[in-house]
Amino acid sequence: MPEVDKADRRPAIEAKNVSKVFQGAAQDRVTALDAVSVTIRENEFFTLLGPSGCGKTTLLRLIAGFDFPTEGEILLYGEDIAPLPPHKRPVNTVFQSYALFPHMTVGQNIGFGLEMLGKSKAETAARVDQMLKLVQMQELKNRRTSQISGGQQQRVALARALAPHPKVLLLDEPLSALDYKLRKEMQIELKRLQHETGITFIFVTQDQEEALTMSDRIAVMSRGKILQIGSPREIYDRPAERFVANFIGETNFLEGDTVSTQADRAMVRLPGGATVDAGLPQGLKPSGKVTVVVRPEHADIVKAGQPATLAGALSNIVYFGTDTHFHVALDTGGEFIVRHQNSRGNESAFAVGEKVGIAFEPDAAQVLRD
Amino acid sequence: MANAGNFSVRRLTGFTTIAIICFLSLYTPILTLVIFSFNAGTSIAIWEGFSWRWYERAWANEQVQEAALRSLQIASFAAIVATTFATMAAIATTRTRPFRGLTAIYAFVNTPLMVPEIVTAIALLIFFASIKVATGYTGLGYLLAAHTAFCIPFAYLPIRARLESMDLTLETAAADLYATPWRAFTRVTLPLLWPGIIGGLMLAFVISLDDVVITELVKSAGQETLPTYMLGQFRRVVTPEMNAISAVFLGISILIVTLFFFLTRKRN
Repeated sequence: MPEVDKADRRPAIEAKNVSKVFQGAAQDRVTALDAVSVTIRENEFFTLLGPSGCGKTTLLRLIAGFDFPTEGEILLYGEDIAPLPPHKRPVNTVFQSYALFPHMTVGQNIGFGLEMLGKSKAETAARVDQMLKLVQMQELKNRRTSQISGGQQQRVALARALAPHPKVLLLDEPLSALDYKLRKEMQIELKRLQHETGITFIFVTQDQEEALTMSDRIAVMSRGKILQIGSPREIYDRPAERFVANFIGETNFLEGDTVSTQADRAMVRLPGGATVDAGLPQGLKPSGKVTVVVRPEHADIVKAGQPATLAGALSNIVYFGTDTHFHVALDTGGEFIVRHQNSRGNESAFAVGEKVGIAFEPDAAQVLRD
Repeated sequence: MANAGNFSVRRLTGFTTIAIICFLSLYTPILTLVIFSFNAGTSIAIWEGFSWRWYERAWANEQVQEAALRSLQIASFAAIVATTFATMAAIATTRTRPFRGLTAIYAFVNTPLMVPEIVTAIALLIFFASIKVATGYTGLGYLLAAHTAFCIPFAYLPIRARLESMDLTLETAAADLYATPWRAFTRVTLPLLWPGIIGGLMLAFVISLDDVVITELVKSAGQETLPTYMLGQFRRVVTPEMNAISAVFLGISILIVTLFFFLTRKRN
């Protein structure tokens, strides 16, 4: 897996205890970032994921130099860049609004950074052609940016930011303005570009699906803090916090009691008496009451009487095309959702109101930190 | 329901009549003026046939030539200098973090629009008189300074409007792409600001060209501009020559204002 390779690479960006406080009128202090530390490795596709106002864009702007941290250091390959103005940082940005220069052609936009760096005309021209080829837009070189479509503007913005060979490319929700189909295409395109250029990408989004599809690692942010950093699989399968579990995908929450703990696992007794072997977030030694999460697709629904972890009655069956959601009212109270992948010819053998059991897949349960 | 959504003032009783009366009262005198500029006779009220004679006469009139030239000189100088100051003021009031006194500066730049012109004129008259006494200088400098000063707020308005409607991210993007603040300004801000600057320039030019009150009080002997010359002529015999000069003057003003309108409209 690429994640394994990239774990050995040297750090490209290191944020150390970075805080950003916006001082508004009189008593208005907004802490946009609260002592955030994160290391982003060379050649990594790293995503900052969180709802609007979580601080992800602020962190991006601090790395770009559009804002300066109130406290903390930002290192680029070991050098503190926090005091440098944006034009002195070998870091480029793809803006949410693209911010293409309307008075220049596509080619002039792409060449702007190289021109500012004082590259020769010949070198700039060659690089512009190379970038146009990379984003498959050779024919549009002399068009005005107002004469091309949103998807094409997106590609120009990418080419313009990549042209000066930045050490790190910052992408601020670049796909949010595109329609669904184009967004899907651009996700693959971005992944390809990152692979071909070998540049470190820091990608900001509030779309969890986008983050899971594209990233090598994801940092989930909320209220100015990073809650969890991990590969998409770790974040999805092993959420450490309630917020992470809730923000990414659908989840069932269960209250349980700790029976015993080992290094990174714990035996937890669930309501109804069954005991499950659950994963633990790093460094957590739980005791007493804990919250356990189980993803809907990591459990299956079985007929009453068969071996099961939980028991209840079917309250609703919702058909989604690719899968079916079974809503089970647990005997001990609360609701549990099971997602079952559909295939042709296996029409549901269950009926609403029927008594059923819920069987967990091995390693389905994960203890939360709260 | 259906009508509530598309209320139109056009459907009100008497709207058309009122509109026509308004337009007539505004433009009939001007139209009359233009028509009589082509009068073959010497009256400005009795039509005696079509002729270009008053235009020819005005064109050959040395006093008119001199006054027109002076007007153009003053207007060009005032427009260029005022627009330069206005551009700097507009950038300072839109491209900096809000600072203490910003509102005060904004008000300060715009107050000349609200001060009655005659008050400004008298103030300048007294102020310049004391300078004249102290230095003995009686050149065109007073008029140039006065025109520049009252043109600044007019030039400022379209430039500020243009700056405010510009996407700030563009300048951020330029900085991100290694442009120093100065190069970001010359390569991105300024090219996008041009329509606003041209608009400001033309507005200031027209305002300076049309000015009577301040010029009348500030000018020294022999410094007639076209409007003050015309005003002076009306105190004597009035011939259609005045109509001809007025018509040309009107034409130039309309031309510049129309250009201004299209320049500030289209580029958005």
